[in-house]
Amino acid sequence: MISGALIAAPHPVIPDFGGVSRCVENNGFFCTDWFTANWTSVFWPALVEHIRLTVMAVGIGFVLAFAAALLAHFRGWLERPVSGLTAFLYTIPPLALFELLVPGTGVSVLTVEIALVAYTLMVLFKNTLTGLREVPADVRRVGEGMGLTRRQILLRIELPLALPSILSGLRIATVTTISTVEIAAFIVDQGLGSPILQGLQSPFNTQFIAAGALAVALALVADGLIVALGRLLTPWARTRRAV
Amino acid sequence: MGNQGQSAAEIVFDQATKAYKGAPVPAVDGLSMTVPAGQICVLLGPSGSGKTTALTMVNRLVELTSGDIRIDGVSVREQEPTGLRRRIGYVIQQIGLFPHMTIEENVATVPQVLGWKRDRIRDRVRELLDLVGLPPGEYGGRYPAQLSGGQRQRVGIARALAADPPVMLMDEPFGALDPITRAHMQDEFLRLHEQVRKTTLFVSHDMDEAVKMGDRIAILRQGGHLVQYDSPARILTAPADDFVARFVGTDRGLKALTLRRLGDLPLDPADAARDVEAAPLAAAETLHTALSALMASGSDRLPVADADGRVIGTVTLDLIRVEAGRPAPGKVEEPDAGPAASLSASAEGEVA
Repeated sequence: MISGALIAAPHPVIPDFGGVSRCVENNGFFCTDWFTANWTSVFWPALVEHIRLTVMAVGIGFVLAFAAALLAHFRGWLERPVSGLTAFLYTIPPLALFELLVPGTGVSVLTVEIALVAYTLMVLFKNTLTGLREVPADVRRVGEGMGLTRRQILLRIELPLALPSILSGLRIATVTTISTVEIAAFIVDQGLGSPILQGLQSPFNTQFIAAGALAVALALVADGLIVALGRLLTPWARTRRAV
Repeated sequence: MGNQGQSAAEIVFDQATKAYKGAPVPAVDGLSMTVPAGQICVLLGPSGSGKTTALTMVNRLVELTSGDIRIDGVSVREQEPTGLRRRIGYVIQQIGLFPHMTIEENVATVPQVLGWKRDRIRDRVRELLDLVGLPPGEYGGRYPAQLSGGQRQRVGIARALAADPPVMLMDEPFGALDPITRAHMQDEFLRLHEQVRKTTLFVSHDMDEAVKMGDRIAILRQGGHLVQYDSPARILTAPADDFVARFVGTDRGLKALTLRRLGDLPLDPADAARDVEAAPLAAAETLHTALSALMASGSDRLPVADADGRVIGTVTLDLIRVEAGRPAPGKVEEPDAGPAASLSASAEGEVA
């Protein structure tokens, strides 16, 4: 079944040669006509699946890592075990982790998501906790001295100030996940990984190059969106001595 | 809860003691003193003398080990810490402005958590920014990183005053500023204090600052012992022991001159016309400044003029020497006409 996804691919590995362009006939580097012809049937669905798998993984990973970082922020002893666990998960190679999970959760999106989430945890946990810890001591002390409750200090002071660090963790996690989702095509026939894997198995260039380029573009756009979000949410970080 | 605010409250330390676990001696040991409502009390001492500990026991950032502190007769022990702190302004040397909030948002923090109405908060913030000399239209929307050190500390003070607390705690508030900005901020705070009259505890390790700012000075020694609690004039002229005398400095005779004004001297307008060639000294100047001017001029006499520029007499070295030997009018004894009042009057001119 794992290799079944590759062999029983619904799309022609070498495209139908009836009435095709010279580019396709000569297997050019990149055939725009073939790419546009296959956009709606191959690339668009793969792109959407890729985004969905990524968003799900980063979203779930963020919720888990954020909760763990908050706990560790208030209960310092939690930091070591949690960062140890997340670092351990991060060291397992993706394919090995997929194979380890398959006996339990089967050849499914669930398997893929568990692995993808596991990889996001380390950087998201670490960056969130670091952001919270790096709030200047005098700022926290004044907050306390002014009569803010622990919760108000967290919501009004610590979290906003941790935002740049949290967002930079989110950037790394998102870009890493986008590339790991490509490997997930070994397990489920979803995402830009499947046209890439199919393309690798055939001499035809365009499919492989197009899918690869889309994955790179997706990573760049996602990264840019998070940077833009950061600018929007942290206007103070851009003000440097305007006087 | 603190919404109305009070102009001031009396603070009583009653055998207040803080002993940290494992420390051989207490940080503050049986501190007893009364700070009258509306006065500035400077806690002065070398590092390790427990000044900051004594200060933060008032707002319970540090909990008392034994003894008590009462604000307007109510023990801090009986008050819930967050509620208590919202009724006490708190300013520290590092200022601790919230870097992600605008100046307005910083100042609005305590009124917000107290649940004030939006309009009331806005009016209060504008009033306070005007009070500390930062026009809200120009500065309200800026971030702390866009202000100078002195401007930031003004915001820190405005923020501490936001909910009109009866008590202010200031922990070396001007310690990180350059000498010129520090002197300016001291003058401004005295002017502000004339208007708001909060009972203020002010930690300092600088004798000159203590003499300038304090209605009273509490001198603490290592281990949190109160050595002397008195008016600046009494501390300068009658130090309680060798420790105070050394801490006050060998130039205490000169420092005491900063507490006296030319206008307070028995000047005789009859002999006023004699030294017309020298520029007259203003009556608001201190004897310290007058002595310095005499030294610089090489003369033994200089004319003194009032605020309108009319010469009202002549100050001489002999006169200063005679006056220095007399007890200075303490700020404590004459709170309304003491040096604090005239200091801030002269400061207003510099500020404007």
